[in-house]
Amino acid sequence: MNAKEIDQQTLLQKEEVPLTPVHLLSLDGVAKHYGNIIALSDVTMAVDNGRVTCVLGDNGAGKSTLIKIIAGLHQHDAGTLKVLDEERRFTSPRDALDAGIATVYQDLAVVPLMPIWRNFFLGSELTSGFGPFKSMDVEKMKAITLKELAAMGIDLRDVEQPIGQLSGGERQCVAIARAVHFGAKVLILDEPTAALGVKQSGVVLRYILQARDRGLGVIFITHNPHHAYPVGDRFLLLKRGKSIGYYDKRDITLDELTAQMAGGAELAELAHELEQLGSHSDIVKEVHGEVAEVAKTTGKTY
Amino acid sequence: MTITQTKPKSPAPDERVAQRSPFQKLLGRPEVGALAGAIVLFIFFALVSPTFTQPNALATILYGSSTIGIMAVGVSLLMIGGEFDLSTGVAVITSALTASLFSWYFSTNVWVGVGLALVVSLSIGFINGWILMKTKLPSFIVTLATFLMLTGLNLGLTRLIGGGVSSPSISNMEGFAPARAVFASSVTIGGVDVKITVFYWFALVAVATWVLMRTRVGNWIFAVGGDANAARAVGVPVRATKIGLFMAVGFCGWILGMHNLFAFDTVQSGEGVGNEFLYIIAAVIGGCLLTGGYGSAIGGAIGAFIFGMANKGIVYAQWNPDWFKFFLGLMLLLATIVNLIVKRRTELK
Repeated sequence: MNAKEIDQQTLLQKEEVPLTPVHLLSLDGVAKHYGNIIALSDVTMAVDNGRVTCVLGDNGAGKSTLIKIIAGLHQHDAGTLKVLDEERRFTSPRDALDAGIATVYQDLAVVPLMPIWRNFFLGSELTSGFGPFKSMDVEKMKAITLKELAAMGIDLRDVEQPIGQLSGGERQCVAIARAVHFGAKVLILDEPTAALGVKQSGVVLRYILQARDRGLGVIFITHNPHHAYPVGDRFLLLKRGKSIGYYDKRDITLDELTAQMAGGAELAELAHELEQLGSHSDIVKEVHGEVAEVAKTTGKTY
Repeated sequence: MTITQTKPKSPAPDERVAQRSPFQKLLGRPEVGALAGAIVLFIFFALVSPTFTQPNALATILYGSSTIGIMAVGVSLLMIGGEFDLSTGVAVITSALTASLFSWYFSTNVWVGVGLALVVSLSIGFINGWILMKTKLPSFIVTLATFLMLTGLNLGLTRLIGGGVSSPSISNMEGFAPARAVFASSVTIGGVDVKITVFYWFALVAVATWVLMRTRVGNWIFAVGGDANAARAVGVPVRATKIGLFMAVGFCGWILGMHNLFAFDTVQSGEGVGNEFLYIIAAVIGGCLLTGGYGSAIGGAIGAFIFGMANKGIVYAQWNPDWFKFFLGLMLLLATIVNLIVKRRTELK
C-alpha cells in the first residue's frame, strides 16, 4: 500500500472483516507559534478510519490553529504530524487535499443561486466531447449528485433547485458529500452546527455518523459538548492553546465533558465578581449552584 | 453499495414537493417576465396597427432588435458574471472607426482593417477586465473611465487622421463589396428581405445559451457572478472567466461595429454614446440580475426584441416617437421589480 496517501483499500476493509481502526492521521506534541505568541502547544490526537474525533474548546482555545495545521494552511513548529505512520508537513491546502484530507469550512463555499448539481461539481465539472465542442455531462453529474447525497442519507427533492433554498443543515450535507466524492478520507468539519437550530444540528450530526459509517475519519470541531458527545469516539479538549484532556468515550461521561468545558474555576470566579458588585443575588445563587454541580462531577473543589 | 437510485428525470413523489406543472416550471425561468411582456406588447401593437404584423414590418422589427440584441448577448453574459460595462456603446464605434480609418489611411484592403478592428475590440475587453481584476475597483468606475477615454479617442483620432467628424468613405476601396456582403447584406426569405444581422444575432444567442447551460465555462460564469469567493475556493479561475467575459462583449461589439461601417460607408465619430444603456436595459428586462449570478442569453434576446417592437411599433401605430423613452423606462422598472421578487423567492425561500 502506498503510505503517502490514504487509499480506498484502508477504508473498504470493513466490508469483509470487522473494521480494524488504523490511524489515518496522528498528531504528537504538535505546537505552533506566531512570533512570541504560543497559539498551540503539545497537542496529541489521532483520527482513525470509521471514527469521529471531536475537538472541543471555547473561542480562542486554538481550534482554528489546529485545523489550519491539518488542512495545510499553516505549518507546525514542533511535534509530528503523521499520515498513515508517515511523517508529513503540509505546505499547502492542495497538499493536504492530495493526501485525502478535506476541510468543510463554516461558509461552505457554495453559490446560493446555482442549482445543487452545479454547486456539487463546481470547479471539477465532468465533460465529454473534444476541443471547442466539449460540453458538460449534465445527466451524469445530476445522477452522481443524487447518488452521493443519497449515500449520505439525504433524500433530495430536486437537484435542479438552487442550493440557497436548502436549509443550513442540508447545505452542510451537500458540502460534506462533495468533499467525500472528490476523494476525502479524513474530513475536517469546522463548527458545522454553530449557526444551526436544534433540529438542524441533529440532521448534521446524523450526516457525520453517515460519513463515519462509510469509513472516513472525521474531525468534528465544536464548542458544544452536547453535540460532540453523542457522535464522538475520542475527545480532545483545548483551552488557551493547550490540550487539557484527551479521552476515549468510555473514559468520560457527558457531564464530565461539560464540566471540563465549562471550567469550574471560571464559574467560581464569576460568582465572586458578581457578589462584589452587590446586586443580582439570584444570579449569584444560580452560579454557586453550578459551581457545586461541577465540583460534584469532577471531584474537585473551587 | 446498494443504493436504490431514483432517476433524475422522474423523482419519486415527495410530500414536500408540490407537483409542478410545466407551466409552473416555466414561471421559474429568468426570462419569463420578459416573455410575458413581449407577448402582451406584440398583441397590443398588432391590435392598434394592422401593418405591424405584416412580414415586411416584422423583418424591420427584427433588424432593429438585432442591432441591440447582438450586444445584449455579450452584456447579458457579463452581467450574469457579476460585472457590467459602460463602454460598449462607444466601443462599437471605436471598432468601426478602426477598420475604416486604418484601411483608408494605409490604403489597404478593408479586410486588414476588419481584422485589426477585431484585435482592438478584444483588447478593449481585455484591458477592461484586467484593470478590474487588478485593482478590484467596481466595474462601474473602470468602464466609465474607458467609456470617456474611447469617446475622446473616437473624436480626436477621426479628426486627426480623417480630418472631419466622420470617417472618410471607403466604398470604392478593395474588399468593400465582399465585406458588405458578409456584414450588411440581406437574405430574401419568402419575398421578405431579412438583414443578415438577424442571423448573427440568433447564432450568438444559440452559442451563448449552449455555453451557459452546457459547458464548464458556463458553470463558472454563474459561479463568479453568484459568489466569486466561493468560486475561487473550489478552484474556479475567477480572473480568467471575468476577463474572458469582457472580451466576449468586445467580440459582439466588433460584429455590430462592422455592420455599422458596411451598412453605409462612413462612421460618425460621435455616435454610440448612450447605447450602452440600451444593451444593459435589454439584459435587465430579459431577467439578468444586476448583482450577477442569474439570468439567460435568451432573456437578453427577448429584452432586445421588446426594445425593437416598442421602437418600431410606435412608428407603425403613427404615434409621436417622443413617448418611446417613457415606455422603455416603464418596462425597465417593471422588469426589475419582477426580477427582484424572483431573486428573493429563490434566495430566502
